[in-house]
Amino acid sequence: MSARITLATASRILRQLRGDHRTIALMIVVPCVLIGLLAWVYKDSPVPIFDRIGAPLLGVFPAVVMFIVTSVATLRERTSGTLERLLTTPMGKGDFMLGYALSFGVMAVIQALVATTFAVWVCGLDIAGPLWLLVVVALLDALLGTALGLLASGFARTEFQAVQFMPAFILPQFLLCGLLASRDTLPTGLKEISDVLPLSYAVDAMKELTTNSDPLPNTWSALLIVAGWIVVSLALGSLTLRRRTP
Amino acid sequence: MWVSRQKTRFHQVMNNSSEPAIVIDNLRVTRGTRLVLPGLSVSIPGGQLVGLIGPSGGGKSTLMRAIVGVQVIDSGTVEVLGQEAGSESLRQRVGYLTQAPSVYADLTVRDNVEYFAKVVGAPPGAVDQAITDVDLADHADALVGRLSGGQRSRASLACTLVGDPHVLVLDEPTVGLDPVLRRDLWTIFRRLAESGRTVIVSSHVMDEATRCDRLLLIRAGEILADSTLPELLARTGAADAEGAFLMLIDRAEAQGQGSAA
Repeated sequence: MSARITLATASRILRQLRGDHRTIALMIVVPCVLIGLLAWVYKDSPVPIFDRIGAPLLGVFPAVVMFIVTSVATLRERTSGTLERLLTTPMGKGDFMLGYALSFGVMAVIQALVATTFAVWVCGLDIAGPLWLLVVVALLDALLGTALGLLASGFARTEFQAVQFMPAFILPQFLLCGLLASRDTLPTGLKEISDVLPLSYAVDAMKELTTNSDPLPNTWSALLIVAGWIVVSLALGSLTLRRRTP
Repeated sequence: MWVSRQKTRFHQVMNNSSEPAIVIDNLRVTRGTRLVLPGLSVSIPGGQLVGLIGPSGGGKSTLMRAIVGVQVIDSGTVEVLGQEAGSESLRQRVGYLTQAPSVYADLTVRDNVEYFAKVVGAPPGAVDQAITDVDLADHADALVGRLSGGQRSRASLACTLVGDPHVLVLDEPTVGLDPVLRRDLWTIFRRLAESGRTVIVSSHVMDEATRCDRLLLIRAGEILADSTLPELLARTGAADAEGAFLMLIDRAEAQGQGSAA
């Protein structure tokens, strides 16, 4: 692996994105629209439901968007032959994965800043914990979506498959993450599965900072688990890259 | 600095050119259920322009994929510059052009070539040179996706040339191009071979055979001929390359039927 190749790859991907204004707009705007819709749904609710679930969903929406964008982008590299070509050059598999993680990480920072700003100042999201932590968790969640998308695209042969990996990889995590039913109340078996899945910890962290004015002592372990999942997904994803193909 | 680097490379290559650049021994490749190369052996000398000629589906692309080390092989060995094909130390020195242009359609020609230049660690001046070589200087800032098919494949070629590799494996680089461009590209290939590079070019256009130092005629995964064009013409008594190839192919098919019966 080489820093030169990783950075060249990241800047090349950002250059590709820069030419695609609509994709950038969708990446930034879609999470905001969803948060806005959510706030509107609960506008007249007698209990502050939006304040309770707004932050957790601020973590989930970017993860979903990033998952889809990354898995399609890397699949395109496979089908266009550019990946095969790159793997005949000195590029390492890790260079490729980190290049994607870095470039989409830059997009994730912008996305997290815009979505959090929108949620707090436009939709009036009120959380007990510090705002900077809200941004950090949203960013980590977007990176988690990117890393899982990179991993998933290794198993997709067509765009149809890649897009369907979103419901396959993300929606089960969403069902078990503790938003629909508290994770403590899940039946045996499901509870253990939810204890392994990364989105559970992303939502745990968001819930904590929703209600706790000093959430850091209770969230850092959850954040570490999410970060660990990001690293493991990138490593596993690089194993799906094959220099030799049949 | 660019000049001195070129010179050192040039001398390194020249010293090696007496030895074969590529040695393939008993290479067997199956793709899907099809046995594409049943057991191919060939030795390709360094510093030459070698034409890989033959009907489509005959195994040309598979052989090229094996040489650059992206093909899963069943058995046999492929050595390039004394190393196992695809090994890490070769990746800087072997350049590959896929048959379908593999460039980023949503980037400009220059962005594409600059990216591949950075990946292989080519000097900055190499980018403009590669774009000029493939005659795309006027389109350097156009998105590859907006270019014609021929321009797109030349953009792809520029991304291979920019690394100045010792061995160039080019899968049908001239297909679909007009005669002027084809001539210009063959001039570049000739220049590269004369500076000590080993250039392997596949084609199913027989008249391109006249431009090669050496010809490999491959059909159904087997080498029917490995010689120079004059030798080939003398052996078959044909008037031109196309006639010689058709004669050899007919002969091979007749033999195949003979042994089957």
